[in-house]
Amino acid sequence: MLNTISNLIIPLMVLLIVIYGLYKNNNIYDSFTDGAKESIPMILSMFTSLLGMMLGINIFLKSGFLNFLLNFIKPIFELLKIPVEILPMALMRPISGSSALAILNNIMSSFGPDSLIGIMASCIQGSTDTTFYVLTLYFGSVGIKKIRYSLKVGLLADFIGIVTSIIVVKILF
Amino acid sequence: MMNKIWGFFIISGSIYCILTGRIDVLNKEILESSNETFKLIVKIFPVLALWLGIMNIASSSGLLNRMSEKLSPVLTKLFPDIPYGHESLGLIASNIVVNMMGLGNAATPFGLKAMKSLQKLNKKKETATRSMITFLAINTSGVTIIPTTVISMRLMHKSINPTIIVLPCIMATIISLISALIIDRVFYKRNTNA
Repeated sequence: MLNTISNLIIPLMVLLIVIYGLYKNNNIYDSFTDGAKESIPMILSMFTSLLGMMLGINIFLKSGFLNFLLNFIKPIFELLKIPVEILPMALMRPISGSSALAILNNIMSSFGPDSLIGIMASCIQGSTDTTFYVLTLYFGSVGIKKIRYSLKVGLLADFIGIVTSIIVVKILF
Repeated sequence: MMNKIWGFFIISGSIYCILTGRIDVLNKEILESSNETFKLIVKIFPVLALWLGIMNIASSSGLLNRMSEKLSPVLTKLFPDIPYGHESLGLIASNIVVNMMGLGNAATPFGLKAMKSLQKLNKKKETATRSMITFLAINTSGVTIIPTTVISMRLMHKSINPTIIVLPCIMATIISLISALIIDRVFYKRNTNA
């Protein structure tokens, strides 16, 4: 049921837009090609911001420095009886969507998707978004350089989302 | 803020690599990141062009404006700086709705178009506006009701109940979304008072 709705939304949207355009006697084909052209300058300005972000994130993640830092946080997790394996996932989620997904995949294959940690990790992945990526992409596309307090807001919200996921799953399951 | 974090990522990562004697990893990553970015851009580009085209039909036929007007009473409470009925409201709403359905890839072009529209209202072109930050606070905290990627991954791993995570996900999403909006307001107030 939910899947059907989610599969229908995009085709219905396209259909509605095209029908409305024809009904209003618009040059819908020209509108389409003109609009699609706007993507070129957007992509160009996104490329450089994404490149910078990717360089920083890749060096940081692949260096293993994060795992080194994890050793200091582990005892707190053990004290709270939260599976330690969730930690890399939680730290990675705001920084890199694909790495978080890779960790989620690992957790599911080693603990099973229906284990407590499997559900916890699924919930973290599903309830937050990759803050660094979103900010880089969206601000980069319009050439914003001063992002003011947006990163702080994004990261704090991620932290709350991740903590809530852990608590909700611990209570429900 | 971004300067410091970016610097921290590069410096801490590089030094740690050198200290642990994995300079080859460092070399590889420095070159690999440009490659990876290119692949990502190649993936985004066609989807972006497609949706910007379709959205332009909605925009020139007036559908977007009609939608924006309908949504204005609600959305202008969240975005008090956007003029009533401005087209960015319709784009923001489309982005949020598509995101809710877990269609992140399709939602991005609407979001980018919304940013472009918000940029038109911006007086200082290189500085983020209040509305942009609120919009991205909503986006980064996530609004997904049906996390399609996670569900399909759970299916792949033969979960007995792949959709069991929907309810806890919705609860966590709502709480993080509300917190994001509150934090956004607090920071905004603090920034304007200072």
